[in-house]
Amino acid sequence: MNVPTMADMMAQGKQPEVLFWVGAAGSYDDRAKKITRAFVKILQQANVDFAVLGTEESSTGDAAKRAGNEFLFQMQAVTNIEVLNAYEVKTIVTCDPHSFNTLKNEYPGLGGKYKVYHHTQYINKLIKEGRLTIEDENLKGKRLTYHDPCYLGRANDVYESPRELIRRLGVKMTEMKRHKSTALCCGAGGAQMFKEPEKGDKDINVLRTEDALETNPQIIATGCPYCNTMMTDGVKFKEKEAQIEVKDIAELIAEANNL
Amino acid sequence: MEKYVPNIFFALILIAGIGYFVMNVRKLIRNIKLGKDIDRSNRKPERWKNMAKIALGQYKMVRRPVSGILHIVVYVGFILINIEMLEIVIDGLLGTHRVFQPIIGDALYGFLIGSFEILALLVLLAVTVFWFRRNIEKVKRFWNKEMEGWPKNDGNIILYFEMVLMTLFLVMNATDVHFQEAGVGNVVSQFVAPWFDGFSPEALHTIEKSAWWLHIVGILIFLNYLYYSKHLHILLAFPNTFFANLNPKGQFSNLEAVTKEVKMMMDPDADPYAMPEEGAEEGEPEKFGASDVTDLNWVQLMNAYTCTECGRCTSSCPANLTGKELSPRKIMMDTRDRLEEVGKNMDANGGKFVDDGKQLLNDYITPEELWACTSCNACVQECPVNIDPLSIIMEMRRYLVMEESAAPQELNMMMTNIENNGAPWQYSQMDRLNWKDEE
Repeated sequence: MNVPTMADMMAQGKQPEVLFWVGAAGSYDDRAKKITRAFVKILQQANVDFAVLGTEESSTGDAAKRAGNEFLFQMQAVTNIEVLNAYEVKTIVTCDPHSFNTLKNEYPGLGGKYKVYHHTQYINKLIKEGRLTIEDENLKGKRLTYHDPCYLGRANDVYESPRELIRRLGVKMTEMKRHKSTALCCGAGGAQMFKEPEKGDKDINVLRTEDALETNPQIIATGCPYCNTMMTDGVKFKEKEAQIEVKDIAELIAEANNL
Repeated sequence: MEKYVPNIFFALILIAGIGYFVMNVRKLIRNIKLGKDIDRSNRKPERWKNMAKIALGQYKMVRRPVSGILHIVVYVGFILINIEMLEIVIDGLLGTHRVFQPIIGDALYGFLIGSFEILALLVLLAVTVFWFRRNIEKVKRFWNKEMEGWPKNDGNIILYFEMVLMTLFLVMNATDVHFQEAGVGNVVSQFVAPWFDGFSPEALHTIEKSAWWLHIVGILIFLNYLYYSKHLHILLAFPNTFFANLNPKGQFSNLEAVTKEVKMMMDPDADPYAMPEEGAEEGEPEKFGASDVTDLNWVQLMNAYTCTECGRCTSSCPANLTGKELSPRKIMMDTRDRLEEVGKNMDANGGKFVDDGKQLLNDYITPEELWACTSCNACVQECPVNIDPLSIIMEMRRYLVMEESAAPQELNMMMTNIENNGAPWQYSQMDRLNWKDEE
């Protein structure tokens, strides 16, 4: 894929309209990389002039902060902010609600002030500006339910952007009993992604998958690479992987538009 | 002189009741002020709006419709029926009887008392349903581990209090012969009155007077019971919603003490051997995070006193729902109980805290509870009075990690990776862009 870096852009004396913050999951996790590529295809279809930091990108520090390591978080933040400010970045888009939350809410106090979009918000913006349309043929009539990522939903009150996009796909959407502000966490947040859960009687992702299964879906959509992993594991645990796909909204749009 | 005995007696009870309450409120304020300073004086219009909407307007209560609507009935009844308290106090002090009736006229008086009677009946019904939900239906959130013993009894005592107070109010009106004969405003009590058919006028008068006295004494006892119970929310809900966090729930504070040190580390011109500036603060370096209540800020401590243990947080906590030890309600109860312990320690030692070898961490809240949190904000979202258990959990994690290096091993590995290669996994930073060529 042709993905320019900020360094390339700068060498050519250009400033892209938006920086795509890929995030650790989107860069390294095999499943999440597919989401990254799907989103890049969407950006390319809409002729968005974007760039990534590439090897100059580093962890936002979100997981360290939620684990209680404020030192490491701020070290990461200050380093990233230096890079971002050196490139005079104004606008950032990311597929990771955790990066979204940290960049948008926690970086400004440390000197990093940017306009930050979650990719579902950014895609809506592209549609409203007439730069992108979503075809509703490929997924027509599919039964879909949407899982709200905590760091997009409750953390930042973004409930409608993903739903607006889902409505354009022509799918048959059923909400889970717990949705929007009452949505149940997938179990990955607060650095849980990187450790075994404490002793209990069930794993959180299994409970959340059961919520989803109640809607009898063919697709569980979400907008977070970590939620995606947790729900995929939950679907496997329930031995439903033959019937149910877990997809990011960016992937669904790429599929709808034959990208 | 003798005829003034009841008036004087009444005045004394009133002074004692209110005086003791004020003393406890001062203690409460002193304890809350043991918390660290945090500035919540900005964005006043939003704060007033939140208080009006959430505390006064009960906006978040109806997220759960059954308990929410019943709670509004009790709340409105409680506030309005207390208008009647004004008359009771004046009657008690002056020795008058229904002093407002001639002043505002029968029609208005009848309307007001009639409304109070209807409300009293509704409150009685609502409280009975609450009792049923707690004790017969056994709604799960009232039966979590942390509710065993006193918290469970406390919940029921409050309900009994309200049942007795409402009953006394109706009996008082039912046995007031003049009030029943006048027939204005006795919408409910007229159906209670027949229970006392055949009682002599003297007996009725005695019952009425007793109900009157028990009602006012009961209310004063209730007022003073608040401080010892979970029920302080009827007062603290107001400041608590006013001073609550207004930022996005996902935004966690950036520790200022850390910022200073990081800036210093990152600044190539910084002189690590520099003398502290003139007038710079001396003494112990600041402690990172919280291991005891005095490390928390005053809003967090006020949160703890405001919690009425309804358990909506815990019943929506993913960790708790899957059998983990963590319960956000317990975090608040523990914080309050430890703060009370610290307060009592100060009372016993002439206003100075003497080390008791205990702290909030480990003695009340275990690391296992803290590490089970997914920081999903469900507890914060659900709290009907905007309590923030997550902020306390985070402060305590910060202490565990930055002061004690006591994170779970896997998290230490994750953090080492971030330090070494800028990602939570052990991948080279040079491979960050490999995804673009992998399809």
